[in-house]
Amino acid sequence: MRDKILYILALVGLVLVSWTLYKVWFVLPKQANVAAYQILYFHVPAAFTAFTGFFTALVMSGLYLKTGSLKYDALAAGVTEVAVVFASINLVTGMIWARYAWGIWWTWDARLTTMLTCWLIYAGYLILRRAIDEPTQRAKLSAFLSILGCVDVAFVYKSIEWFRTQHPSPVLSVRSGGGMGPGMEAPIYWNWLGLACIATVLIIIRMRQEEVAREIDSLRRAAHAY
Amino acid sequence: MDPREFQFVFAGFCAAWIIIVIYVLTLTSRNRRLRQELDRVRKMVEKR
Repeated sequence: MRDKILYILALVGLVLVSWTLYKVWFVLPKQANVAAYQILYFHVPAAFTAFTGFFTALVMSGLYLKTGSLKYDALAAGVTEVAVVFASINLVTGMIWARYAWGIWWTWDARLTTMLTCWLIYAGYLILRRAIDEPTQRAKLSAFLSILGCVDVAFVYKSIEWFRTQHPSPVLSVRSGGGMGPGMEAPIYWNWLGLACIATVLIIIRMRQEEVAREIDSLRRAAHAY
Repeated sequence: MDPREFQFVFAGFCAAWIIIVIYVLTLTSRNRRLRQELDRVRKMVEKR
């Protein structure tokens, strides 16, 4: 049953992403005012997926600190790992777009710098987890780092409003941008849904691995107890 | 779309998929490693 759900989610994700690709390439009119705007249809949904993951990890970390249950810590770790993958997609696609639109791969403006800081914090989170063997200590430190990371996520989100940046100002209507033509915005949300389905599948697979790792740990303890 | 713009858009889409594929391959190899380790530990417990 669990496998069936996994396959259905993966299929829904792939169909939605393929449908968006089709819309972007063959249906939507050309946005004359934005260069290589098609990259936006991966760049923005990848950021949304990453931020949803980081926020979920924050909630799970909070639940761990409240209850002390390692199950929440494992969930936070799994979600964070997958969210870092989508944050990487956001950074890389952004750099490719910048090279075309601005002629440079990178600039130290507020949005790009806060996003890179965010990526580094969560990459540090994953490295920290590998460095500490004691589960409770690892879970506590990871939870604090996850909370710190989420503060930076807020900065990333608001940076294009708070600072004058080279990064374009908000274009989505939900952020009072309105910079996209009619019908141009919906595929971004559909692609977000598609990527979220794929991310959920990856998180479920990651959680299964955590279960196996816990089983190995308990068997090892049992072996040493003899 | 001019050819140079197409190249960049194509590179952007490819980069996104390559990152996902690399992560899926990492997950697959970790899965295999964990299964092997689980079998090894199970055998060790059975022997004792």
